[in-house]
Amino acid sequence: MNARAVSKLPLHVTIIGIMLIWTVPTLAMLVNSFRPAFLVSTTGWWEAFVPPFQFTLENYEKVLTTNHMAEAFVNSLTVTIPGTIIPIAIAAFAAYAFAWMKFPLRNTLFLTLVALLVVPLQMTLIPVLRLFTNFQLNGTFLAIWLAHTGYGLPFAIYLLRNFFGGLPRELFEAAAIDGAGVITTFFRLVLPLSVPALASLAIFQFLWVWNDLLVALVYLGGRTAVAPMTVTVSNLVNSLGQNWQLLTSAAFISTALPLLVFFALQRYFVRGMTAGAVKG
Amino acid sequence: MEQFGLLAVAVIGVPLALTGYIFLVEAIVGTLPRRRRPQVRPWFWIGPALAFVLVFLVYPTLQTIWLSFFDASSANFVGADNYTFIAQDDNVRTALRNNVLWVVFYTAAVLVFGLLIAVLADRVPYEGPAKSLIFVPMAISFVAASVVWKFIYAYQPPGVLQTGTLNAVVTTVGGEPRAWLTDLATNNFALIFVAVWSWTGFATVILSAGLKGVPVELLEAARVDGAKERTVFRQIVLPLLGPTIAVVATTLVIFALKAFDVVYVMTNGNFDTEVIANRMYKELFNSRNFGRAAAIATLLLAAIIPVLIVNLRRFRFQEAIR
Repeated sequence: MNARAVSKLPLHVTIIGIMLIWTVPTLAMLVNSFRPAFLVSTTGWWEAFVPPFQFTLENYEKVLTTNHMAEAFVNSLTVTIPGTIIPIAIAAFAAYAFAWMKFPLRNTLFLTLVALLVVPLQMTLIPVLRLFTNFQLNGTFLAIWLAHTGYGLPFAIYLLRNFFGGLPRELFEAAAIDGAGVITTFFRLVLPLSVPALASLAIFQFLWVWNDLLVALVYLGGRTAVAPMTVTVSNLVNSLGQNWQLLTSAAFISTALPLLVFFALQRYFVRGMTAGAVKG
Repeated sequence: MEQFGLLAVAVIGVPLALTGYIFLVEAIVGTLPRRRRPQVRPWFWIGPALAFVLVFLVYPTLQTIWLSFFDASSANFVGADNYTFIAQDDNVRTALRNNVLWVVFYTAAVLVFGLLIAVLADRVPYEGPAKSLIFVPMAISFVAASVVWKFIYAYQPPGVLQTGTLNAVVTTVGGEPRAWLTDLATNNFALIFVAVWSWTGFATVILSAGLKGVPVELLEAARVDGAKERTVFRQIVLPLLGPTIAVVATTLVIFALKAFDVVYVMTNGNFDTEVIANRMYKELFNSRNFGRAAAIATLLLAAIIPVLIVNLRRFRFQEAIR
């Protein structure tokens, strides 16, 4: 080893050390979820790597059937897909108006949206809960779709407006000369050019809704017929106690889809998450 | 099965209905005199969004402030009673103290780790994979992260084999096992670290992008002049990264003030780990005291308002230089 490589040794050790701290917990969850119960209570998860290698799918079978994780997975999808598509669809029209149409109060309204980005959700819970109670919507999917649409809009409009606003003006002038109306310009020009921004936004909103606990707890409650995975897993933490093999497999089921999205669409994923982190 | 029907209606129906609405609007706007059209059209385009924002954000926020001056069932006006109650309540005081801990240690730790990883990873050939691994926890919900870390923090009495990773490490190097989540000296930090672990990837990515924006010539010039790496970092890199660090920090402060999921799942605020957001949830659902819950929420909003003002200023500045 030459001197240069030796001098770099502390650097590598530090980085690899940090990488380990950031990887080991997830790895522990994954390994533990495949171990039989009697081993989990008496040995550490790291002992899975020495013979005899004993692994099982029993934990997954159990949480999916007796602990309602299969239902919860379907509920999470039912909450998340409309909770992603509806706000983005509504935001796209509004963002286009904010970016390329002139109207009185435009700047004031947009500034209000920027302020609303950080207003804590807690400020809205009581009145919205009462509103849903009046319309008998508490504990229904419709309620949580409406709530996530309202909560997701400020950021969605903010991000799309900034992206739409960055498109070159000449493009719009050329379209106008060619006789394209507002609708044609929006659907044929703006939307296709904004696919990267829409993808980042969709991933952010999907993850925000999929991983949300508070909104689901408040408007859906813990009924197994509607409870998404975050609510179900947090209930299991109380009811299963030290049954780590079951808890870790339930936790892994709840993260499988986001992890898949992360590894498949890493670039959009990172862009969406970093752009959207300011959201309230 | 009813669920899937509903799902299909929402996913296909809503975008279709919106498109139909826009075509209808254009037909109506088309009947107006040409000069009036650009004045009327935008209001229709922002209409649906405006309605949602008014109903789900603006009206509830104002209503919550109003309700904080009423009693548990919102029937009688009680003046500032809810505020005097929360100012004296021990649970709220503990929560406030803990939120200060969250704001200080969470923000500092995420920034330090984020900066450390961004700076160090810049110098190794495996930068990409390293940053990816640090970012993975961003995909994991706080609920799942809480399960993961509860398992890491698991405790058995001394003498028994430790199956919790942290206590296994501690006992291997000769220490005594600790009940990290119930021990009053460690539990708040144990909770905060779960959130640090989740969000360091966010700070790393943003700071790393900022770092790549520092002109290489500047660094080279300083090195040629004989500046040590530490001086280069402190005198050149850090000041240039300042604005980026400020943006990340405001985000982290807001997050720390609103911390909820990790505390709710891991300790539910027991053993002196209460935070404001969890307190509000308890007042709302366990005590059904809407007045106090509204007052606590308003307190949270008040704590966030300084950050909100900073954000608005920054936004105006960015718009001015666009």
